[in-house]
Amino acid sequence: MAVTAPRLDADRLRTDFAVFDELVNGKPVAFLDSAASTQKPRQVLDAMREFYEHSYANVHRGVYTLAERATAGYEGAREKVRAFVNAPSNREVIFTRSATEALNLIAYAWGFDNLGPGDVVVITELEHHANFVPWQFMAKRTGAQFVNIPIDDLGELQLDALDGIAARGNVKVVANNLVSNTLGTINPVEKLAEWAHAQGAIMVVDAAQAAPHMQIDVQALGCDFLAFSSHKLCGPSGAGALWGRRELLEEMQPFNLGGEMIRSVALDRTSWNELPYKFEAGTPAIAEAYGFGVALDYISEIGLEAIAAHEHELVVQAMDALAEIPGIRVFGPPADRRTGIVSFDVENVHPHDVAQILNWEGVAVRAGHHCTQPLMTRLGVAATTRASFYVYSIPEDVERLIQGLKKVKETFGV
Amino acid sequence: MSELDQLYREVILDHYKNPRGHGALEPHDAHAEGQNPLCGDEVSIFVRFAPDGETIDEISFEGRGCAISQAATSMLTEMVKGRKAADVAVLPKEELLEEIGIPLTPIRLKCAILGLGVLKVALHRAKGTPLPEEWQGLEHELRLD
Repeated sequence: MAVTAPRLDADRLRTDFAVFDELVNGKPVAFLDSAASTQKPRQVLDAMREFYEHSYANVHRGVYTLAERATAGYEGAREKVRAFVNAPSNREVIFTRSATEALNLIAYAWGFDNLGPGDVVVITELEHHANFVPWQFMAKRTGAQFVNIPIDDLGELQLDALDGIAARGNVKVVANNLVSNTLGTINPVEKLAEWAHAQGAIMVVDAAQAAPHMQIDVQALGCDFLAFSSHKLCGPSGAGALWGRRELLEEMQPFNLGGEMIRSVALDRTSWNELPYKFEAGTPAIAEAYGFGVALDYISEIGLEAIAAHEHELVVQAMDALAEIPGIRVFGPPADRRTGIVSFDVENVHPHDVAQILNWEGVAVRAGHHCTQPLMTRLGVAATTRASFYVYSIPEDVERLIQGLKKVKETFGV
Repeated sequence: MSELDQLYREVILDHYKNPRGHGALEPHDAHAEGQNPLCGDEVSIFVRFAPDGETIDEISFEGRGCAISQAATSMLTEMVKGRKAADVAVLPKEELLEEIGIPLTPIRLKCAILGLGVLKVALHRAKGTPLPEEWQGLEHELRLD
């Protein structure tokens, strides 16, 4: 890292998170599971409470003051999401329940009318199930082929497989995560988008694991759809966002049907509302969307570059220390090609046993397949132990992880 | 003794590292397998009956997964050997949990009872009796087959 790189002060930021005053098993918590979901700062919690207490009503329909305030809060959050990913228009920003729902929306609303026999749906070996299963399902339903871009032993996509994939049929969609939630790999989405477009395909990006950690610009990425969620970047759960290219969204049929998404309803026919409301049936997660926007402000103020630099330091610390412990195998690429995620295996100890012992030391890590079973198969393991970092993570958390792993090895005699 | 030491008390680690009755049993009279999708634990159990067709004469298992799942299955094979199939088929899980003798959170409880669920499926299937209702939900959850 260059000396001029922007920095963040994790110790100061920790005072925004009440959870760090909490004792778990008598010890302060070393929370190393932010890739699953982050903790929430009081700025977000306070803002949501204030919104509920002073500005809450259902959105869009009311003519009274509270409804106007609620609508302004909700639409203001949409504008924040737009700015955060540099989308051309906030009419292209759709609020969803989660990144998963956003990806399902594309798979259904775009897939049903655009896929068929002879077509090829391309995903990767390191997709999260959220960007894998909907496409696998839709390929089966429509008779399209479902083809996988393999990874190499470092967990990086083997782009030399693309020519072979193109030869298999009419490539219609390429779906990839910008960052792997299991390995932290930063994927070459720009290159994939370029290749996808050369095939006449659309590029779908799952940015759930990328948005909290790096600056995203949908125009620079050259993708057609991008999904991410609030809860992984200090916002509340229950809110996610989908950005889509306007011409594609205009052509697509709706996903959910009901109130708000209609223009007019008669006994014999219904017409759809304009974008983005065509895709927002029913009462949305209003305060959550509002809190999502506040969380975007919170992390933008810290600065995405500073966040990336901070996580990089912790990843280097963790990878260096793990390399010193015999019997520990770290998966994935070198530190400079990943975000703040380290997945590893302790020889002869199941990840759930690792996580359980770490828990008694107050260290919270994730153990399991991380919703990436095809990747687990490729790595030849049933599960891994994963430590992941965010703005409030400190070197002491990593030290406690390492001490805890020594305890694991001692307990199991390995 | 701390809770950690309790959870991984010596007997559990011993069964995990030196599982009893490990390996496939051919030929066998009863067999089933199951997985705990959460942990990726896998257990496959084989049973051979004595000439009376009722007594569990030989029992073995194969599997991989966390210490709790594998040790509990190993302990189970020791517990039920020599007992009647009909009795084991209705064996309450509390009896196994008592034998394991450690506090388990709801998530780890599933690891601990995976082997017992697999054994019950194997026995009920061999005897053509229905799996008790209590275990039917788990049959799906633990992917017993």
